[in-house]
Amino acid sequence: MTVHELSEPTTEVVPQPDSSEAPPRPRKGRSKAAMLLVLPTMILLGIVVLYPVVSAMVMSLFKDPTIDPATGKFVDQGFAGLSNYTHWLFQRCTDTTGASVSCPGGTLGSLFWQSMWVTVFFTVVTVTIEVALGLWFATIMNRAFRGRALLRTSILVAWAIPTAVTAKLWYFVFAYDGIANKLLGTDILWTGDTWPARFAVVIADAWKTTPFVALLILAGLQMVPAEVYEAARMDGAGAWQRFRSITLPLIKPAILVAVLFRVLDVLRIYDLPAILTGGGGGDGTATTTLSILVIDQMRQGFNSASALSTITFLFIFAVAYVLVKVMGVNVIDTQEQQRKA
Amino acid sequence: MKRVAAAAVAVGVLFAATSCADQGIDAAAQAEKLNLDGRGPITYVQGKDNSNVVRPLIDEWNAAHPGEEVTFKEQSDQADQQHEDLVQHFQSRDPGYDVAVVDVVWTAEFAARGWLQPLEGPMAIDTSGLLPATVAGATYGGVLYAAPQTSDGALLYYRTDLLDHPPATWDELVGACGTAQQTGIGCYAGQYAKYEGLTVNASEAINTAGGSILAPDGVTPTMTTPEAKAGLQSLVDAYRSGAIPRESVTFQEEQARQAFQSGDLLFMRNWPYAYSLMNGQGSSAVSGKFAVAPLPGKNGPGHSTLGGHSAAINVYSEHKATASDFLKFFLEKKSQAFFLSQGSLAPVRADVYDDPELIEQYPYIPTLKTSIENAVTRPVTPFYPAVTRAVQNNAYAAIKGEKTVDQAAADIQSAIAAAGS
Repeated sequence: MTVHELSEPTTEVVPQPDSSEAPPRPRKGRSKAAMLLVLPTMILLGIVVLYPVVSAMVMSLFKDPTIDPATGKFVDQGFAGLSNYTHWLFQRCTDTTGASVSCPGGTLGSLFWQSMWVTVFFTVVTVTIEVALGLWFATIMNRAFRGRALLRTSILVAWAIPTAVTAKLWYFVFAYDGIANKLLGTDILWTGDTWPARFAVVIADAWKTTPFVALLILAGLQMVPAEVYEAARMDGAGAWQRFRSITLPLIKPAILVAVLFRVLDVLRIYDLPAILTGGGGGDGTATTTLSILVIDQMRQGFNSASALSTITFLFIFAVAYVLVKVMGVNVIDTQEQQRKA
Repeated sequence: MKRVAAAAVAVGVLFAATSCADQGIDAAAQAEKLNLDGRGPITYVQGKDNSNVVRPLIDEWNAAHPGEEVTFKEQSDQADQQHEDLVQHFQSRDPGYDVAVVDVVWTAEFAARGWLQPLEGPMAIDTSGLLPATVAGATYGGVLYAAPQTSDGALLYYRTDLLDHPPATWDELVGACGTAQQTGIGCYAGQYAKYEGLTVNASEAINTAGGSILAPDGVTPTMTTPEAKAGLQSLVDAYRSGAIPRESVTFQEEQARQAFQSGDLLFMRNWPYAYSLMNGQGSSAVSGKFAVAPLPGKNGPGHSTLGGHSAAINVYSEHKATASDFLKFFLEKKSQAFFLSQGSLAPVRADVYDDPELIEQYPYIPTLKTSIENAVTRPVTPFYPAVTRAVQNNAYAAIKGEKTVDQAAADIQSAIAAAGS
C-alpha cells in the first residue's frame, strides 16, 4: 500500500519537459541513479524475504525421507512433483502399500481444510470484535477529560505484554477451577470443548489487540478538525449523525489500516491458540490453525511442511493483495472526498 | 533470458538439495568408525538443569580428569526446543556437541538419521545392572544407541485416610469409586489433555489391558486388536461413568497434582515428582494422608509408560573415548544416587532402589522400582511424532465421546500405517 501511495505523487511531480528531444535522457539518468540507490535494499530484501520463500518452495517439491527396512536408516525419496501439495489440498495420504488413500482421522493431512476454516473463523470474528471495540475505546479516549494521558498509557499495557505471556495468563483464567468459571459460577471446559475453546482464543486475542486497534483509530480521530464538528453542530446535527456522516468517513483510512494489520496477523496466528488450548478443544483439533499445523508438520517431515507453509503463504498473500487493492481504492476515494469537502 | 537463468538456478538448487541429503547418511556411516579412541575436552548438552544435579557431578568429573574437562551446555526447559536444537546441530554435523541427552522417544529418530554413535565394540557399556525397560528405551533395531541416564515410571497415588489398602486391579479401582462419591470428591484422574501426556496415559491403559500400539518391529500397528481396544475402552468407560471426572480432559501433570493436593481426588496417576511436593508443602491438604502403589493392572501391577532420558554420543564427536567414559561415570551408583537425592530423578540402576538409607528417605522408591520394572516404552519408531499425534488426537476424541473406540482404534491404525510410508 505504501508503495502505491508513494509512487503516484512522484510521477506527478516529475516536471514536464520543454523540448521534445530531451525527455528520455534526464529521466533515464534519474531512474538509473534511483535504481542504484534502491539496489542495496532490493538485494537485502531478496536475501531475507525471497530466499526463504523460494527455498521453501524448492523443498516442497521433494518427498520426505523414509526408512530403508534393510538398514533401519532414513533414505531420501527424491523428487515428489506436486504430491506434497495434493497431499494437503485433496487430503491424500499413502498407506503402507504405497497406494493413495484419503488421510485417516488423527493425521495432520486430514486437518488441512478444517484448520483453514478455523483460521478464517478466527480472522473474521476477532477482527470484527476488535474494530468495533477499538472504535468505541478510541472515541472515548478522544474526549478531553482529566487523566486522559494515563488512560491512554494504561490501555497500552495489554498490547505491551508478550503474546505468550497473555496466553499463559488466560490459560489460568480459563482453567477448570480458574477465575472465569468461579466468576460466572459455571463449570465450562474452556480449553476442552469445541466452542468454548474457540471463544477462549477469541476473547484472549480481543483482550490483547483491541488497544492496538483503538490507538490506530485514535490517531485517525485526532486528524479530524474540531471545526467540522462545530459547523455540524451549528447545522443541528445530532451526536449519532455527526458520528455517521463526519467521524466514520474521515477515519476510514485509519480503520482500514487497522483491519489490514489485524487480518494479516490473525491469518498466521500461532502462539495464542497453541499455548491456550494446544490447538485442542472438541475432538482435539478445534483450535488448530494453519500455523499450528505447519509447526506440527515440521516435526514429522520438512518437505511436506514446506508445501503447507507455501500454501499458507500464498493464501495470506492473496488476501493481502485483495485487501490492499480494495483499500487502496477506498483510501484514495476517501481522500478525494475529504479534499472536496 | 532472465527466465532461462532463473530456471537454471532453480534446477541447480534442486540437484544440490537432492544430493546433499544422501551424503548425510553416508557421512554419518563414515563418522561412526572415526575418533573411537579420541580423548580431550568434551561438551555435554542437556535441557535445563532445574535441580542443580548435573553441575556438581561435572565439577567432580573435571577435578578428576584434567585434560578431559566437560563443558556443560544447558538448553531450554522445553522439550520441543531441545529437540530442535539437537536436530540443527546434528544436521550441520557439528562436532561441538559431544554428548547429548535425548528423551526416550527421540532415540529411534536420531539413530535412524545416523546421528548417534552405536554403543558397540570399544564403545560398549555394561548394561547388566540396569533396569531392562530403560535399556529397551535406548535401543533401536537391536543396537544400543545411548546410555540410560534417568528413568521415570508412573505411580498410583491414593488417599490413606479414605482407604485401607490400594486397589491392585483396575476393576478394584473403579469399584472403590463409591468411597469417593460418598466423600463428595472425584475418583481417579491422570493426564488427558491433548498433549504428549495423553499418549503416555493411553499407552498405559492399552499395555495394561494386554495390547500394544505398535508391534515390536516398530512398523506394524496393532491398535485394532481386541486387547488394545479394551484398554482404550477402559478409559472411555471410566470417563463416561464419571469415575474419571469431566475436567480431567484439561489436565496435564500439574493440574492433576493440584486437584489431588487440594483433596479433590481419591486416586491419581502421576510421576514420582509429585510425592515430595505434596508431602512437603504447607498448602497441601493431603500431606501425610496419601501413599503410592503400582498402577493397577488386570491381575497384578499394570504397565506404566517409561519416561526418562538417555545420554548419547554424537557420531561426529572427536573425543569419543572420553565421551564413553563420561557416560559410564553417569551410570556409577554414586552418580545415580545423587540423581535421586538431589533431583528426585529416578535412577536406572536396580541396586540404588534397594539401598535402605535411600528407602528411608524416599519411601516411594520400592514402588517406583516395581513401576519401572513393569514399564513399557512408547512406540520405538523414527516416526514417533506422527504416531503420538495419531494416538493423542484419536484417544482424546474417544475419551470425550466424539468418536467410538472402534473408529478411534481404526484411525490410529491407519494413521500409523500412513506415517511410515
